[in-house]
Amino acid sequence: MTGSAVCQTSRPIPDAGCAIEARSLHVYYGIFRALKDVDLQIERQKITAIIGPSGCGKSTMLRSFNRMNELVPSCRTEGKVMFRNRNIYDSGVDPVEVRRRIGMVFQRPNPFPKSIYENIAWGARINGYRGHLDELVEESLRLAALWEDVRDKLQQSALALSGGQQQRLCIARAIAIRPEIILMDEPASALDPIATLKIEELMRELAERYTFVVVTHNMQQAARVSHQTAFFMMDADRAGYLVEQGPTRDLFTNPRDRRTEDYITGRFG
Amino acid sequence: MTGGSEDLAPRARSATGGRFLQQSHDLRKRPRPGDMLVQGLLFFCGAVSILTTLGIVYVLGRESLLFFTHKGVSLLEFFTSTTWQPSIGKFGVWPLVTATLMTTGFAMLIALPLGLAVAVYLSEYASARARNILKPVLEILAGIPTVVYGYFALSFMTPLLRSIFGRDVVSIYNTASAGLVMGILILPLISSMSEDALSAIPRSLREASYALGATRLETAVQVVLPAALSGVTAAVIVALSRAIGETMIAALAAGAGPAFTINPFRPAETMTGHMVRISSGDISYDSMDYDSIFAIGSLLFVLTLTLNVVSRRFVARFREVYE
Amino acid sequence: MNRCPSAVSSINLPEGDDLRDFIAGRHARGRLWSTALLASTILAVIALTALLVNIVDGASGFVAIENAVDPQSLSVDGIALQDLESETLIQIIGSHVSAAVVRRLESEQPLAKRSRQDLYELVIERVVKPEVKQGWTLSESIFGREEIQVVVAEQYPKAQLVFRSWLSLDFLTSPQSSVPERAGVRTALLGTLWTLLITIALAFPLGVGAAVYLEEYAGDTFLNRIIRTNINNLAGVPSIIYGLLGLAIFVRSCAPITSGAAFGRGDPTTANGRTILSAGLTLALLVLPLIIINAQEAVRSVPRSLRYGSLSLGATQWQTIRSHVLPQALPGILTGTILAMSRAIGETAPLVVVGATTYIVIDPSGPFSKFTTLPMQIYQWTARPQADFRRIAAAASLLLLVLLLAMNATAIVLRNHHSQKGCL
Repeated sequence: MTGSAVCQTSRPIPDAGCAIEARSLHVYYGIFRALKDVDLQIERQKITAIIGPSGCGKSTMLRSFNRMNELVPSCRTEGKVMFRNRNIYDSGVDPVEVRRRIGMVFQRPNPFPKSIYENIAWGARINGYRGHLDELVEESLRLAALWEDVRDKLQQSALALSGGQQQRLCIARAIAIRPEIILMDEPASALDPIATLKIEELMRELAERYTFVVVTHNMQQAARVSHQTAFFMMDADRAGYLVEQGPTRDLFTNPRDRRTEDYITGRFG
Repeated sequence: MTGGSEDLAPRARSATGGRFLQQSHDLRKRPRPGDMLVQGLLFFCGAVSILTTLGIVYVLGRESLLFFTHKGVSLLEFFTSTTWQPSIGKFGVWPLVTATLMTTGFAMLIALPLGLAVAVYLSEYASARARNILKPVLEILAGIPTVVYGYFALSFMTPLLRSIFGRDVVSIYNTASAGLVMGILILPLISSMSEDALSAIPRSLREASYALGATRLETAVQVVLPAALSGVTAAVIVALSRAIGETMIAALAAGAGPAFTINPFRPAETMTGHMVRISSGDISYDSMDYDSIFAIGSLLFVLTLTLNVVSRRFVARFREVYE
Repeated sequence: MNRCPSAVSSINLPEGDDLRDFIAGRHARGRLWSTALLASTILAVIALTALLVNIVDGASGFVAIENAVDPQSLSVDGIALQDLESETLIQIIGSHVSAAVVRRLESEQPLAKRSRQDLYELVIERVVKPEVKQGWTLSESIFGREEIQVVVAEQYPKAQLVFRSWLSLDFLTSPQSSVPERAGVRTALLGTLWTLLITIALAFPLGVGAAVYLEEYAGDTFLNRIIRTNINNLAGVPSIIYGLLGLAIFVRSCAPITSGAAFGRGDPTTANGRTILSAGLTLALLVLPLIIINAQEAVRSVPRSLRYGSLSLGATQWQTIRSHVLPQALPGILTGTILAMSRAIGETAPLVVVGATTYIVIDPSGPFSKFTTLPMQIYQWTARPQADFRRIAAAASLLLLVLLLAMNATAIVLRNHHSQKGCL
């Protein structure tokens, strides 16, 4: 297979601080341009929040990072997404391997209709895990702060869990295969405030090891959780573009761009 | 819906004049015999289906009872004996049942793997265009009358089998040919119902699988198919029931004469085939032969009804999770 | 609680070349299976195409026809048989057919008054007497033409090899016959139409009524739940069971009514209940669950807001249903009914049990006639051992499929028309 360059961990990575980077990225759905000329760097082991009004391409941006956009038949991508020194959209790169390394958590909890145990174990199994599954399941559930809740009912259906627990299970499922980056698409939007708080705490803890990219429409959440923030908007043709990007504190207290200031102070949509 | 809220507003009797407005101060409930009559008639329409079921149960029960009260016929013999020879008073249903099981078995052998494969292909692999062509084609073909399939079995499948396995091995009438063609008949049923179940699985589940680095096959077989399992099971059971009750293919191609054999290339009459042969002949209504088809009919009814009830259970379980 | 285990990154997943090989293996397996799935789909389509091809194949092909009298020998003064004048044709009949037969023909209709075409056909039927010695399928005719010619030359030296389509206008308009090449489906076709008429007249109002009751009136009571479950179960009962029901109730118990004797309309020679009426009633019960289920869906798809709009104007529930819900649901109901009818038109097993007579030469004239139907004929002809009957069974199957296709096409057009309207 030709996807080898991505796996060569031994090679030194030039820009050590950058986990993944979009360069002049354009995304189209059919003839509609959803993203226009985006240059975005995601810092390693940090939480980067993507904010902006609805319809500005936040989710599209996120899904470009692990080639999930390809599952939409009419979708077309131009430009580059550099990961481990390689453009993941190169014809030689295997999307399966990309997704193995860049995990994702979705807006609504979507556990498999299997047991809690199987939800965690399945990803590891298909990816060729050869260790102790029991240990891996326990460790992943502990990392997702779910172990204490479910330790006695691992064989029960995951669908029986509450929404917040299901979402933490999805996080546990994603980290069970040890991705380098975890993409989160409004992970708390379907949850109540208490469950949301738990997810946020979890992200801060896990950020010591993983790189997070989080799409959120909730500015408070972005301000609370993230280290870096990228602000997107859409132009007259409804194509999304990146307005500015920077450390969260700077962006929220001292935005460089007028449009950002309007948005975060609520003067805009 | 039967509540009286709509009765609050009295009907306008005349579009002109203020009289009806004055009347509208009176908010009493008033009887509406016409509406009551309509509702009663409509209820009767719904109740006809109950009457049909009761009719089936009554007819099958009464005639079967008649059959089992004949001298020399016993329930025990019916369910244990392996000889069905009315001429010498032997009424053991097993030869007919084994023939039915054989045709059904062959049918499932063809329809189960192929039908599932078609369903998975259509739902997980085919482009929207291919799916939009193939699905209606399969559905129309599922609507072809079974007697035409019977013709197909005799004029195509049997000669084919005979040319492959030899004319000495394969009889002109045989359960294999009937079963294989039955398989083709129920294939669209399995694929269509299963495809519906697979398509009903939410996109988010597939995305979750892809996001973990699963391939398309792994997603289809290890995530989507298990998730749709109860729906797929329901489809398979319905198909099974259809194959057991399938009549014309068996009547034309399986053979005319009960035979207790497990050789698929020998003729053997199925339950349905026997019923058709007896009722198409000139046998008197009062003969034991005639009563016997009601006894066989009862068995068939119980079998298929059980399968259908089980299938509906699976459908209900599937709906609970995804709808 | 240990939330931060130390060895998170050292997990035993394949890396580097291992990973590459591992993924390559999974992709190979995926390709293998997707090929297998595609192959299965193609196989299924092939199996189903084989069915259609087989029928078309059987419905036409070469036949070796042997004439009792060579038509060429009948030509007078170099004028071919088909161009001869009426008088000459009458002379030919007179000289070749026995006097008794001529007298009978005269008594049916005087020969002199018959048209030239009729006389020509009479000459063919009575004098030339073509007989099909052997027939071949379409594929045999195309791919084995030379062999067929050799066979014909050897075995039937007097015979002519003609290409024949068994599905012809004659086939549609001729009554039954014990000779395959003269048999037609006229009586069967009429029987099918009559039966369908009765089925539709009964099942449509009952089915729509039941659907309206279940969707608009029925609350969630025990009785209504039973009705709903029952309808779904009935839809899965094998059709032959309905045949038994029809046999016991309509044919035997209600014989005075279904034979027409109670109305003085019955056929005295066959005063039993094996009539079109019995068959129609049986098929009506058979398709009733299908019509109900389809009509329920159509009624359910009418938006709630339409009902609210009508009710808020002070309409009663029945007024709302009659003026708004039913018209809106009608295309869907009709589509479902057509589909149910296409099920009824092909049903054979219940009719065998109810007692369709297979050999009938007289056209059915009403609900109390004895009858046969198209699928019954297919069954009967297929079951005969002679090959020529297979040919007309194929022709009748083809006809049945064309009818079905027409009905399905109508249903689809209706549905598409409806969905376009729904978009407005």
